[in-house]
Amino acid sequence: MSEQFDQGVQALRQQIDARISAYFSSCVHCGLCAEACLFYTETDNPRYTPIHKLEPMKKLWRREHTFWGKLGAVLGVSEPLTEEDFSEWETLVYDSCTLCGRCSMVCPVGNDITYMIRKQREGFSAAGYAPEGMKEATRRALEIGSPMGVTYATLKAALAHVEKDTGLSVPVDTQGADYMALFSSMEVVNFPEYIAAITRIFHAAGVSWTISSEAFEATNSGIQIGNKDAAAEIVNRVAIAADKLGVKSVISPECGHAYMAIRWEGPNLIGRAYPFEVVHILELLDQLKAEGRLRLESKESTPMTLHDPCQIVRRGGVIRQPRDLLNSVAEHFVEMKDHGVMNWCCGGGGGVSANERAEPLRLQAFNRKKKQLDESGVNTMVTACANCRIILEEGIEHNEMDTAVISLTELIADHLIEGRNEN
Amino acid sequence: MIGQFIDGPLWTFSLAVFLIGVIWRIVAILMAGNRPDLATPKGSAGAGALRALFSRFLPERTVATHGRLQLIAGYLFHLGLLALLFFAQPHIDFIADRITGLSWPAMPHWAFIVAAELAFAGLILLWLYRILNPVTRLLSDLDDHIGTILVFLVMLTGCLALAQAFEPLRLIHLLLAELLLIYFPFSKLMHAFTFIMSRGYTGATMGRKGVNA
Repeated sequence: MSEQFDQGVQALRQQIDARISAYFSSCVHCGLCAEACLFYTETDNPRYTPIHKLEPMKKLWRREHTFWGKLGAVLGVSEPLTEEDFSEWETLVYDSCTLCGRCSMVCPVGNDITYMIRKQREGFSAAGYAPEGMKEATRRALEIGSPMGVTYATLKAALAHVEKDTGLSVPVDTQGADYMALFSSMEVVNFPEYIAAITRIFHAAGVSWTISSEAFEATNSGIQIGNKDAAAEIVNRVAIAADKLGVKSVISPECGHAYMAIRWEGPNLIGRAYPFEVVHILELLDQLKAEGRLRLESKESTPMTLHDPCQIVRRGGVIRQPRDLLNSVAEHFVEMKDHGVMNWCCGGGGGVSANERAEPLRLQAFNRKKKQLDESGVNTMVTACANCRIILEEGIEHNEMDTAVISLTELIADHLIEGRNEN
Repeated sequence: MIGQFIDGPLWTFSLAVFLIGVIWRIVAILMAGNRPDLATPKGSAGAGALRALFSRFLPERTVATHGRLQLIAGYLFHLGLLALLFFAQPHIDFIADRITGLSWPAMPHWAFIVAAELAFAGLILLWLYRILNPVTRLLSDLDDHIGTILVFLVMLTGCLALAQAFEPLRLIHLLLAELLLIYFPFSKLMHAFTFIMSRGYTGATMGRKGVNA
């Protein structure tokens, strides 16, 4: 057995807390979680049953935390965790789980299976059993500052375009601003329109904001691969930059996993509560609208539906705001079946989009989203996550569907009443 | 001689194993500890835990459709078993005489028959589903089958004992119930207690985020 394997087992061992112990003790192997998982519903393969993806951690828990497991270990009849377990389960743990959390909503005994898989990834990552794409993304995040290799020079170039297009200046490193905005690499590279949208909105609403040249990346590959040390370092960069600029709040971009990382996991990763508040961009837009600072005009007549990003809605609690915002600019907002906290994932969260070998399975799992969209009868889908957007667009193209995908923040900006609001 | 042993020392022993074992398992889970959540909450952890404790008795639509058979069988078995356990006259008498000294009204004989039929139907359906469905077949282990068989035998001998009013059948029923009590803390049967913890932990986490789970 290799030293790295031992480190993996040790890392996995450290993840077994009271919650994990209670969850394994409670699971009655009913298999109902399978029906909530798009990788199972679209393949009918029992191996994609969410709780089955946890067999390696269960094996360790049983051997070290149960009477029969301990007795078996003493008698030499219970099998220990092996390299083969890691090897065999690696694709189940990374390729067929987006950490979407749908299984956690249906478990009759209340197990948070997503929390368990997030924890199990710590052991797999430490043992070296993680997809190359995710390993590389994490390395780039640590060494360059972004999983996609986006540097401040790249952002600066994008900001120059934004300033040219909007005629507004984008504040960078402004000491004492109220808000510090973060972005995901995908927004910088693929959707700079998002940056233009918030620049226009914040100008019109009179928001005091800035971008930090030292920490602008919000996504966290450390969380997705399951490396708490890497994840903590990535969060810490943001915490230090926010502290240095003396901002009151940090704005999470649309990206769902970024919100989960900075809002909910962040303080626990760095081991201290933030001296600032974290708000999701949709929460801030909703607040500005309620305060009368975000003024909108006209409505879209095209029927529109909403794709709820899992980490923002189901795992993040930003449920009402996207609906209120969309209703304020869309005449015909049509909810999909299974919307809100029970929405179906795009199929690319939890690092799956950075995992090239998972692509065929991801496209198969997209059929779930396709069915949901077809049932809605709507051809314009609004969402609030750059990663979801890319994955949805890929799935739509793969299936030759006639569906447009729009960012909610960009849609709001399209209906903005321009002009500085000094309220 | 064997009857006295089953009625006396073995009952005391099995009850002690059950009580100590259950407490030991729960304490062991709690001792594993959870790190405090440092993220500023949006909602109440306590309210979330309480909500999840009860809301999970009702299935989400996703599983209510595809898992209909399992859900109905699950309700039948659990409700039937609880009715038999706490409202069958011999059980009330036994609890009053041997454990608490307290008694309460028993269900009528016809209700006993209905409860027993529902519990048997539910348990048999659940077990058939377990061995026939590809998902549950993959997940199931020896513990799941031992628990099912033990509960089935306890219920069967209990019904026979009541119907036949035959002392050896009562002793066999009691012996099997004692084996079940001894097996309980070391098995998945513990879910009867730990589901409260699971729902509580998940509900509290989601409650802090402002999500009704």
